[in-house]
Amino acid sequence: MNINIGRTLSLLAGDASADRAVPPTGFTARLTVFTSGAMAFLAVFALALSLATGRLAERWASELAQTSTLRISAPEDQLDAQTKAALRVLEQTPGVAEARELSDDEQRALLEPWFGPDIPVESLPIPRLIEIVETSDGMDATGLRARLQAEVPGAILDDHTRWREPLVAAANRLRLLGVVSIALILTAMGAMITLAAQAALSANAQVVRVMRLVGARDAYIAGAFVRRFTLRALSGAAVGTVFGVLAVTLLPSSDVAAGFLTGLGFQGTGWLWPLVIPPLAAIIAFAATRNAALRNLRNQS
Amino acid sequence: MIELENVAYSYGGGELFSNVSLRLAPGSFHFLTGPSGAGKTTLLKLCYGELTATAGHVRLFGINRRTIDRDQISDVRRRVGVVHQDCQFLDHLSVAENVALPLTVAGRADEAGDYLQDLMAWVGLTQQAGQLPPELSGGERQRAALARAVIMSPEMVIADEPTGNVDWEMSQRLIKLLVELNRMGKSVLVATHDMNLIRATKAQVQARVLRLKGGRLQVAGSDL
Repeated sequence: MNINIGRTLSLLAGDASADRAVPPTGFTARLTVFTSGAMAFLAVFALALSLATGRLAERWASELAQTSTLRISAPEDQLDAQTKAALRVLEQTPGVAEARELSDDEQRALLEPWFGPDIPVESLPIPRLIEIVETSDGMDATGLRARLQAEVPGAILDDHTRWREPLVAAANRLRLLGVVSIALILTAMGAMITLAAQAALSANAQVVRVMRLVGARDAYIAGAFVRRFTLRALSGAAVGTVFGVLAVTLLPSSDVAAGFLTGLGFQGTGWLWPLVIPPLAAIIAFAATRNAALRNLRNQS
Repeated sequence: MIELENVAYSYGGGELFSNVSLRLAPGSFHFLTGPSGAGKTTLLKLCYGELTATAGHVRLFGINRRTIDRDQISDVRRRVGVVHQDCQFLDHLSVAENVALPLTVAGRADEAGDYLQDLMAWVGLTQQAGQLPPELSGGERQRAALARAVIMSPEMVIADEPTGNVDWEMSQRLIKLLVELNRMGKSVLVATHDMNLIRATKAQVQARVLRLKGGRLQVAGSDL
């Protein structure tokens, strides 16, 4: 799209006389304001979804990437010995920052969601678990597995790769979905504003004709429509954004229940992102109306 | 100023006129006459660039119409004041705002001031300045259209049947205004089929009468 800077600035510059020459058209005005408001409202939610899934992907990636779990399943009389042997191996393994055996209470807490709070962990034949925290350089999981196989036959190393990758991929896809939703919302808004602008131009065909007959240039005529639609889109989107942000703040807090949907919202500087929506709506309205107006005027004569 | 050379115009598969050659020099006064449907309005539109000839060459202030861009067309329309048969006003603007519209769209609205008041007085519409166009009579609308046509101090004024919807007295008044413009050095081209008006005007100013008939443009004889 080749946009002449001088012409663009002349379209943006205010000219009350040009605005007055084109009578207000109630239907297209209301349509533009409503469309911009509704689309901005939806865009706030899509933005919140995108930011929340982004945070989720980062958290899952960082939390699970730096930890592994060693599970030791062995006859009861060998369990302590194999656990000690495994801890010894881990202490000598480069890239392991910390390795510790989970206590009975921690194991009970892990099983509580499935078996209730009074489960007798001590008397059940459940494997011992060792939590491994890696250094930032990471460890050689393949080498560790080989050594454990030789020295601790009951040990199985789970470096969470099997869980982490699909979860992070799913979160990233959700984030992409949010971004695509925003793009579609803005595109739909541009299409609606284009239709509204064309309707306004058609309704004012006689006005446009008279202005051209007395020597008005295309940029001057288009400017009256462009300014009007840009301001309508800006005001509609501002109202829609305010309502969208209010609606997001009314969602349950992530502290109440640790589900994904309760974490849908903005955090920290993320609250500034919705401020981008009204100016973006105005830019889209400007481009859509400008193209519609200039194309319409070119086709007239 | 405006030159047509072997111009033809076809519309809807038929040829409206052909081999039309015309030169509108500075300070000249021309009448264009002919029967209804002969193409007078079309010929006028060729003269101010609203239409493009299907054959031949039209030069507007030295620029070939075929090579002219859209902004240049706007410039031509600022140099040629046009009085349309149906006046073409913006009905939601006052008469004064309509008259000042060419200055407004040229970004020179601040120049109107006293000049606009003088112009409204010249066409006898001072009292009607604040009214809306639909509130004016036929003659008042034509005078307002004339005022709008000359507010940019154009080099040429083109009027399409300016007396078509007014009585004889108002016709005389309008023609007197056009004659005054011509005496100020403006070129004037008036399309009309009112022969009495042409004769009355020729008594006041040296005017050339062109007749468009049967697809050809001829210079009318001394009977006029």
